[in-house]
Amino acid sequence: MGARRFSIVLVGAGLFAAIPPLAEFFGEPFLVSLFSRVLIYALAAASLDLILGFGGMVSFGHAAYFGVGAYTVGILSHHGYEGTPLLEWPFELAGTSAALLAWPGAVLISALFAAVIGALCLRTAGIHFIMITLAFAQMLYFMSVSLERYGGDDGLLIWERSAIPGIDLADDVTFYYVCLGALASFVFLAGRLVNSRFGMVIRGAKQNERRMHALGFPVYRYRLTCFVLAGAGAGLAGALIANQTEFVSPELLHWTRSGEILVMVILGGMGTLYGPVLGATALLLLEELFSTYTEHWSVFLGPALVLAVLFARRGLFGFLAGGTRSDG
Amino acid sequence: MGEPLLVVKGLNKRFGAVIASQDLSLEVRAGELHALIGPNGAGKTTALGQLAGELAPDGGSILFSHRDITHLPVHARARFGLARSYQISSLFEEFTVLENAMLAVQAHQGHSFRFWRRAAGETALREPALGVLERMGLADRAGATVSSLAHGERRQLEVALALAGEPKMVLLDEPMAGMGAGGSLNMTRLLLRLKGRLTILLVEHDMDAVFALADRISVLVNGACIATGSPEAIRENAAVRTAYLGDSAFA
Repeated sequence: MGARRFSIVLVGAGLFAAIPPLAEFFGEPFLVSLFSRVLIYALAAASLDLILGFGGMVSFGHAAYFGVGAYTVGILSHHGYEGTPLLEWPFELAGTSAALLAWPGAVLISALFAAVIGALCLRTAGIHFIMITLAFAQMLYFMSVSLERYGGDDGLLIWERSAIPGIDLADDVTFYYVCLGALASFVFLAGRLVNSRFGMVIRGAKQNERRMHALGFPVYRYRLTCFVLAGAGAGLAGALIANQTEFVSPELLHWTRSGEILVMVILGGMGTLYGPVLGATALLLLEELFSTYTEHWSVFLGPALVLAVLFARRGLFGFLAGGTRSDG
Repeated sequence: MGEPLLVVKGLNKRFGAVIASQDLSLEVRAGELHALIGPNGAGKTTALGQLAGELAPDGGSILFSHRDITHLPVHARARFGLARSYQISSLFEEFTVLENAMLAVQAHQGHSFRFWRRAAGETALREPALGVLERMGLADRAGATVSSLAHGERRQLEVALALAGEPKMVLLDEPMAGMGAGGSLNMTRLLLRLKGRLTILLVEHDMDAVFALADRISVLVNGACIATGSPEAIRENAAVRTAYLGDSAFA
């Protein structure tokens, strides 16, 4: 990483760390929950960047894994609160609000969905891949709408946030730093991944799939693994958003949500991992800003996106940090 | 010369009404440099595509190292030690020359489900990659990005990628394609150094190069092999002369 990139990342991390004290200083506590949302969407966008920016897999259904993660936490918590079993057969499974059970559960279930959907979608490429990932995501969306037991269209209220012994997640500031920790860990691990042997295969397959086969790489299984890891990352983001809003609804899986996450990655800079964080920040803050004036705020977003694509091929992050290569 | 390493029997391939391979049989012996020549449209590249596994033959069989590989996917053939290079350079444009070679080396060091260690720092990839770049005359260009390479250098890297995995045999599809006389000569010199170290099937239009390099030559006309023999025998062959009538190499 160049010195300039490094300093940008350092400044960014410092700013995120300083949000809660700043919010308190200015007497604007809502900023903490706004930036929690930013961090969570940044995590979802960074996970999409793994497959999109590094793997060249344009998934238009990433919100599906985000939503599945959120619903996992929501449903587990719902049963935990009601005291009803989630499953009676083939084995008894009780609901829970324990983060150490629910969150890994959310990650696992999202990964499982990504494995099944990815296994089918990755048989295709190009525009077909885009459409089929979209189709599967919409399928899950309608499934969530039909979940009458869990609020159907109206969604499901979560009566209590997940709990970790010794950490008070109900406290917004604590929760904020947990989100920050999750995002930082994910970006760090993903940064290791894209420069590992596995990462070289993924990036090679993006540039020249035919040659990868000729060199002896069974590309499909590497791509599928990457797809599953990205789904797991989105699942963790989903688990966090469920706790942040204390509410889950089919809205989380809707295709417009997938589009938003996609825009965050492209706006911030594909194949940079930090770019999507920047993209999520920019998009959500702009949304917050403009939506106080007009509900048609996306009228401003469209041109901004066009400009970003035209003038900064590596997005906002590439624009700030310079450089042209996807070296994490 | 050793026993046959690659045995092709009765390969057939058609695209609609066009016959690309017609009862094509061929034997390449271990250690030899075998050239495959023929007029334009004779089916050389199609034959190579079937050997590498990118095209499925309609009929016939391909034996490599006593193993039937007719129905194996491309990557599995590469793993068995049958590598190929392309007529149009097929490289990783965003990577450096060294990264290209390291990725090619990596393909032959077991699975790549390794997520933690930085690949760029691994000597196990770096050393062999530098070795193959050295052999193909690219050692001093290791740090350059592929997009900054000259055409001749791209051709050298193209062959280097095929050699990086230490294959038993390599299929070279017109390594001199698009080169001037100087570039061709340079590539001929590089291939001469490889000769004897591994088995090579060379498809090439440049007759000077073919006759300078080949131990044996097979001639493809209309998808069928009409003659196989030493360069001298091929030069004297009447059927070949007819097929190549007017070609200065045979005049």
